[in-house]
Amino acid sequence: MKHIISVLVENRFGSLNRVAAMFSARGFNLESISIGETEDPEISRMTIVTRGDDQIINQVLKQLNRLIDTIKVTDLTRQPHVERELLLMTLKLSKSTQHEIFELINVFKGKVVDIKQKSITIEVIGSPDKINTSIDIFKPYGIKELARSGVVAIHRGE
Amino acid sequence: MHNTGQILNGSEIFFECLRRENVEYIFGYPGGSLLKVYETLHDIEDIRHILVRHEQGATHMAEGYARATGKPGVVLVTSGPGATNTVTGIANAYMDSSPIVVFTGQVPSSLIGNDAFQEADIVGITRPITKHNFLVKDVRELAITIRKAFYLATTGRPGPVVVDMPKDVLAATCPFEWPETVEIRGFKPTFKCHKNQVEKAAHKIAKAKRPLLYVGGGVITAEASEELRTLAVRYNIPVTMTLQGLGAFPGNHPLSMGMLGMHGTYWANQSVNNCDLLIAVGARFDDRVTGKIDAFATQAYKIHNDIDPTNVDKNIKVDLPIVGDSKDFLATLLEEMPEKTEGHESWLAEIEKWRKKCPLSYSLEPDSLKTEFVIEEVSKETAGNAVVVTDVGQHQMWTSQFYTFMNPRSIISSGGLGTMGYGLPAAIGAAFGITDRPVVLFCGDGGFMMNIQELVTAVYNRIPVKIFLINNSYLGMVRQWQELFHKEKYSFTDLGDSNPDFVKLAEAFGCKALMADNPENAKKAIKIALDYNEGPVLVDCRVVRKDMVFPMVPAGGAISDMLLARLNPKTMV
Repeated sequence: MKHIISVLVENRFGSLNRVAAMFSARGFNLESISIGETEDPEISRMTIVTRGDDQIINQVLKQLNRLIDTIKVTDLTRQPHVERELLLMTLKLSKSTQHEIFELINVFKGKVVDIKQKSITIEVIGSPDKINTSIDIFKPYGIKELARSGVVAIHRGE
Repeated sequence: MHNTGQILNGSEIFFECLRRENVEYIFGYPGGSLLKVYETLHDIEDIRHILVRHEQGATHMAEGYARATGKPGVVLVTSGPGATNTVTGIANAYMDSSPIVVFTGQVPSSLIGNDAFQEADIVGITRPITKHNFLVKDVRELAITIRKAFYLATTGRPGPVVVDMPKDVLAATCPFEWPETVEIRGFKPTFKCHKNQVEKAAHKIAKAKRPLLYVGGGVITAEASEELRTLAVRYNIPVTMTLQGLGAFPGNHPLSMGMLGMHGTYWANQSVNNCDLLIAVGARFDDRVTGKIDAFATQAYKIHNDIDPTNVDKNIKVDLPIVGDSKDFLATLLEEMPEKTEGHESWLAEIEKWRKKCPLSYSLEPDSLKTEFVIEEVSKETAGNAVVVTDVGQHQMWTSQFYTFMNPRSIISSGGLGTMGYGLPAAIGAAFGITDRPVVLFCGDGGFMMNIQELVTAVYNRIPVKIFLINNSYLGMVRQWQELFHKEKYSFTDLGDSNPDFVKLAEAFGCKALMADNPENAKKAIKIALDYNEGPVLVDCRVVRKDMVFPMVPAGGAISDMLLARLNPKTMV
């Protein structure tokens, strides 16, 4: 089963490496990992997407906790949370397709971030499911390049 | 001793910190990036620097010292190759949870990342084999980093910590500040066991018909042997130990089952298989202990106490996990236990039957020498009170079987990593720390050659380590597997044509050396070696060449299915 784990780590060089290296050293699946500073500049938040049965996830959580640079480890999966991913994608553009492409951007509540004679760069924000769907839908128009941010997630407030 | 507030350079701060951590010995080797440190060291008298002959030797010595004394071992090596040479020793300390702090020199900060001369990213290299590691980027961070390094190495589940110190940081100056307390927000080991869980454990133990204590190195680290002994003896619970747990409970006590697992005793493994309650204390269900997971202690309710939560439910799913210090666990358990439980007489009688059925034994012939005999004689002559160090292989397993360990901190052996070449330097390190008990090394001829250069360190420092070279001129354990499982293809395990004359070799190092090739001259040599305290002594024990260690659980097999002898290796019992 897919799990989203939120980890607060010391904002120091090497913290990301320690976490990523632990996953590869212990053979855990690592689907995505994203990191950024929090409101406290000494602390970063990592959002990790991984898969495994309960026993494996339990080990993942404990091994994360065991790293000295991790401050707090939370499995958000079974808690109320919001998850988002950002997709940046450059598509081929032609007279015959531009109308449909613009309509689809609206459907996905995306934005045009750049447009040229023969290409258009768009952004889509949403759950990983929505991002996957949008990639599938835009594929027939010709994807020149795409970049995904990986998931970031946070608890819902009380 | 310098005062706080004084302006010192990085090298002076380094030694000032070691002083405050009560370091007696540094095992080290100088080099370019450490010149400033060795300049300072030249005038230091209260910390002894032991010059090794290879940096791997330094890490094993530090570990031997740490395991024998319980105090952290300290290593000091230069950048690049000096640092990379420590890797095996660090990995070994990591696998066996030994507290060592390894200080590595590093190229000047401005050159880091430029492929400078003798540069290696040792922090990157050692990340997966250390409990934690540090690169010190500013001399003002040096003291707090050293403080944290010792704290991390020795607190909770011990382990190795690396501190990488660039050359410019060691030369830069700042006011010396010693942090009395240390706070690491990401590191809060659980010492106190959950009381309800311990109550539950007491309840289970009180009701068990066939309980078994399975005890590992955690009991020794936690110094909980007294509590263990009280629990076992008061409630008549048999005790089996892992390699690292040997000595936690006296080996000559009727309740001692010896070691369990791949080369454990038949009765220990049968007890695991038949017990209705398994109480694991400070042990981690290593694959060499469990054999086939699905067939391990299938009838037992399993209690598992360990200070490291990652050890719980890692290999074996347990029924009652209790995270915390093993001393706290056992002490609380004793408080929670009823005054009396049933005596488990029929259970102990059953175990006794297994013990009688397949005792540990060997045949003794007048004109050939058996490893088992050498170890048993040393055990008798030292009354089980020596600090026994081993290398890795057949002799290591025979040591677990034929040396009767009476005290904790008596076996120093590479368990997790299985590092050949560990024994000699680890024994030397142990002998620096322990001077009131003999330090004995059993070492194969293969492993001995892997760090033989450290014999110089022992000779020069007049370290009275007693080396019993178990010389069968084979890589015996590999040979054993080749015979049993690899069609008798003895690929590159026969050292008979290439081994040196070990007596002459030892003598060339300035080490006293003797030879033994039968029980009679072995007995004499053992006495001489144990009485000789002017420096190291080596006994070249020319043992029978093709002996095998039994009983044995084939890799991946259930521990109840042991090979008992070579004649008919397919016979399972």
